[in-house]
Amino acid sequence: MKVRYSTVMKGVPAALFSAGFVAAPGHAAGIDLSITIPTLRVAEYHRPYVAIWVEAKGKPDVRNLAIWYDYDQQKNEGTKWLRDVRQWWRKTGRTLTFPADGITGATRAPGVHKVSFTSGKSPLGTLPPGSYELVVEAAREVGGREILRLPFQWPAKTPQTVRAAGSTELGAVSATVKP
Amino acid sequence: MNIRLRPLLVGIAAAALLAAPASAHRQWMLPSATTVSGDDVWVTVDAAVSNDLFYFEHFPMRLDTIHAWAPDGSEAKLENSSTGRYRSTFDVHLTQKGTYKIASIGGGINGSYMLNGEQKRLPRGTTAAQLATAIPAGATDVKIAESASRNEIFVTAGEPSEGVLKPTGEGLELAPITHPTDLVAGEEARFRFLIDGQPAPGITVAIVPGGVRYRDQLNDQTLKTDANGELAFTWPEPGFYWLNATASDAKTSVPQATQRRLSYITTLEVQAP
Repeated sequence: MKVRYSTVMKGVPAALFSAGFVAAPGHAAGIDLSITIPTLRVAEYHRPYVAIWVEAKGKPDVRNLAIWYDYDQQKNEGTKWLRDVRQWWRKTGRTLTFPADGITGATRAPGVHKVSFTSGKSPLGTLPPGSYELVVEAAREVGGREILRLPFQWPAKTPQTVRAAGSTELGAVSATVKP
Repeated sequence: MNIRLRPLLVGIAAAALLAAPASAHRQWMLPSATTVSGDDVWVTVDAAVSNDLFYFEHFPMRLDTIHAWAPDGSEAKLENSSTGRYRSTFDVHLTQKGTYKIASIGGGINGSYMLNGEQKRLPRGTTAAQLATAIPAGATDVKIAESASRNEIFVTAGEPSEGVLKPTGEGLELAPITHPTDLVAGEEARFRFLIDGQPAPGITVAIVPGGVRYRDQLNDQTLKTDANGELAFTWPEPGFYWLNATASDAKTSVPQATQRRLSYITTLEVQAP
């Protein structure tokens, strides 16, 4: 019996990502990401869990860039809610062990957060040329969930900025893809 | 509606607990979740027989036929088991990563006969050995059927696994092509049904979404398996669904029985995309 489900890479970069393309040494190609976590007037507020990943259009493989969650709770209890980041959980989260190396971070307070990922370095590594989406998914305990997709081409010839705006759990999100 | 006749139907409902429910009552198990993350994971399950899905309103499921299997095939314990007026409940500690199966496997002999102008039913729990003496002299119109039922649910901690999905080769079973804990609204799922390990073409499969109490239409769908015993279904919306496959044949193991009734039930959780 063959059971079909969307399994993705386990820990190591899939062949898709490791094939062929090597960034020139010393080159600062990469992605600068700005994520706004909105201030919400709610009775019970918890900072959202946020997953950030890159996926190639039409391909099941993903490259994890970050998972922000309550990683420092006793007995790893913060992992209980990771499945609520549900697209990420299905695509890749459920195949990982936690805390996941190189991508685990603490949850962030409301405000603008800037993170940079450098080509050739973990967790972005080397991307073969192609069409991608940078995906940001946020899920908040006793709150909602929102996912934003920012399409981009890799590599960029000149810096390219892609923007998206959330309406509930995320505010403005922008990614600058640097050559 | 049948629910109004409840006091009169207790005997029938009690039979439904043991055998495949051919009545309007639906037997179901509802897990607290089918997809879980974390290191110390539990699932709690409600088990009941009711009209509306998934509300406990009629009878609890019996716990003595329910067992759980861990991803490696070993049996997992049911903990904190309790049977109340309308439902049974129990917990399973998911100590392994992968897919667990929780199943109630039942079966029995149903029968009726006419005696002195009255229709009588065989008492619940009549065994094959008791059949000869269970039907009194002078009985006419003796009808005996055996039933085999399987009601199972799946819960996955971490990544879905396939170990517990292997068919046993006995009775009516689901041999999923799409993993039963990897269902998403708007996506098509494919399932194969087997009888005694062989593809079961042309059998009837009913799918009913939960939340029946809060809508006017049942929104059920009745499907037939194709020549390979397979069917495809695209989930219209997220939520829990009750699936019931039924079949009958003459492959009886009890010599006096003329019919074998087979039932397969599962509760499936469909995630929002």
